Amino acid sequence: MATSNKTASLGGHAGHGDAVTRRDFLYVATAATGAVGAAAATWPLINNLNPAADTLALASIELSLKGIEVGQSITVKWRGKPVFVRRRSPEEIAKAQADDKAALPDPETDAKRVKKDKAEWLVLIGVCTHLGCVPSGQQVGSERGEFGGWFCPCHGSHYDTSGRIRKGPAPKNLEVPDYSFLDGDVLKIG
Amino acid sequence: MASTQGGPPAFNNAVVRWIDKRLPIFTFMHHEYGVFPTPRNFNYWWSFGGIAMVMLIIMIVTGIVLAMNYTPHIDFAHDSVQRIHRDVNHGWLVQYLHMNGASFFFIAVFIHIFRGLYYGSYKNPRELLWILGVTILLLMMATAFMGYVLPWGQMSFWGATVITNLFSAIPVIGPDIVTFLWGGFSVDNPTLNRFFSLHFVLPFVIVGVVVLHVAAMHVAGSNNPLGIDPKGPQDTLPFSPYYVTKDGFSLLAFLTIFAIFVFFAPDFFGEPDNYIKANPLVTPPHIVPEWYFLPFYAILRAVPDKLGGVLAMFGAIAVLYILPWLDTARVRSARFRPIYKWFFWVLVLDCFILGYCGANPPEGYFVPLSQVATLYYFFHFLILLPVLGKLERPLPLPNSIAESVLKKSAI
Ligand code: HEM
Ligand code: FES
Repeated sequence: MATSNKTASLGGHAGHGDAVTRRDFLYVATAATGAVGAAAATWPLINNLNPAADTLALASIELSLKGIEVGQSITVKWRGKPVFVRRRSPEEIAKAQADDKAALPDPETDAKRVKKDKAEWLVLIGVCTHLGCVPSGQQVGSERGEFGGWFCPCHGSHYDTSGRIRKGPAPKNLEVPDYSFLDGDVLKIG
Repeated sequence: MASTQGGPPAFNNAVVRWIDKRLPIFTFMHHEYGVFPTPRNFNYWWSFGGIAMVMLIIMIVTGIVLAMNYTPHIDFAHDSVQRIHRDVNHGWLVQYLHMNGASFFFIAVFIHIFRGLYYGSYKNPRELLWILGVTILLLMMATAFMGYVLPWGQMSFWGATVITNLFSAIPVIGPDIVTFLWGGFSVDNPTLNRFFSLHFVLPFVIVGVVVLHVAAMHVAGSNNPLGIDPKGPQDTLPFSPYYVTKDGFSLLAFLTIFAIFVFFAPDFFGEPDNYIKANPLVTPPHIVPEWYFLPFYAILRAVPDKLGGVLAMFGAIAVLYILPWLDTARVRSARFRPIYKWFFWVLVLDCFILGYCGANPPEGYFVPLSQVATLYYFFHFLILLPVLGKLERPLPLPNSIAESVLKKSAI
């Protein structure tokens, strides 16, 4: 008992000196452990809010293009969002290609936005790149804006027949999702 | 009891004495709400802080009761609110109190804020008090926005979509933030669930900030219509009974108007589209936020650039945070600021114009009108207030509150 008391008081004296002591090291190590632990405990809580595994595991969808006439469009739901599929008329395609050289806020040629030899089919995510409304223009006769493609009523964005932004607050062209054509006029999205 | 000087109060009740000795809550209440020296010249505009506090309590009580019957799931949320309306005993009343209560809460708080703008209540030594107030406004906006999503109608869904997408304007990490907020690829069930959780808890955070707000007020003391500091007991009255009765009277008048809306025009502030269940494939042709967001919404749309619009909208609140340092005038009350007085009313008008623009589609003359009104809003805070404070010659201030009050009643 006596010896251990002596050692403890000696250690205490040493702690008051300027030199770095074992005690200083223990303080820093304890604080660091606490900080790292707190950070490590925060991350799971934050990450908890990110999309869950079942939400991420979204299968692709397939749909038949049979029965869609030239000039018609259909809307399908994919990943909770609308996807626009429009079978464009030759005039619409010509207009889109002619406008490749126009002043575009988000420059992109029409050829880049469709698959080779399938310029007739325009596939877009039907979500306005401004703040996420669904633009109108899918039905024949509905409001299509000044460039004949789509018009977003929320804050007035006009899209052309290639789905490119031409006028209004939206900064980007309507997004083209990953898709491919399968045999027998089947379209696979995703 | 009616003394404005706070010695320790002598409580008659033995139980009260016993508790107070161990936990002096009764002494505290006596000092802060009983004898608290309050300027004797308050007008009715000073009632709206207390009214806002009562509205907050009403929102919490009705909200807790609603939550007992509400189902936060996209397949059931809309129906559960309909069930509250039709089948739950007095559910219609509780739901309408909550729905209209949000509007009346904002009415009270907006009046409270403009009261502060007119009488210079944000100036030294009340800067922190003001900043806490603006924080309450922000928290209220977040709470009301998430509450509006819960009934899962068309406006709920598209309002949530547009507002969460605001964050996609942030360069580089914007889209990831939006996915994080949604917990998925669009506003969906995970979004509804987390909004319910946050909508439940944020009002209690507001209660916490209100406590700080009131505590700061009890340090600086209340401002008053003259904007000069009380000099002694002749300038003040004890809070109880004088202002308890005055505020109580205003509260009853306010609640009467509130009740008229709840019983006779419960959908006046609402949108018919919100009685249609949310449909992620169809945006209603004309989406509008709740009326209390309209001026901010107009500012968002006035700027023809996505990031710019978002920055301007948040900037409209940010200028309120730095207002105490933008206004260079030493005199607080607009009563003695002959020029500012007029510009105050121009600002009020400007906010109404912004609200009007926000309620209308962004076409035709609404576009330039909202742009002019947005410019004016920022001009008022960023240019006019700093410059005016230097140029304007204030009217002579009265010597004391008592002198001014007594002179008026003598005439
Ligand atoms: C700052 C206070 C609060 C504000 C401003 C507020 C605002 C709102 C708003 C605007 C709605 C939508 C009403 C509608 O249009 O149908 C709503 C709904 C709701 N709120 Fe609150 N709320 C507050 C406090 C609370 C609290 C404390 C709770 C629960 C503890 C709560 C629970 C609910 C529930 C369950 C709904 C969905 C049912 C409905 O739509 O009426 N609220 N809230
Ligand atoms: S969401 Fe389409 S223009 Fe704003």
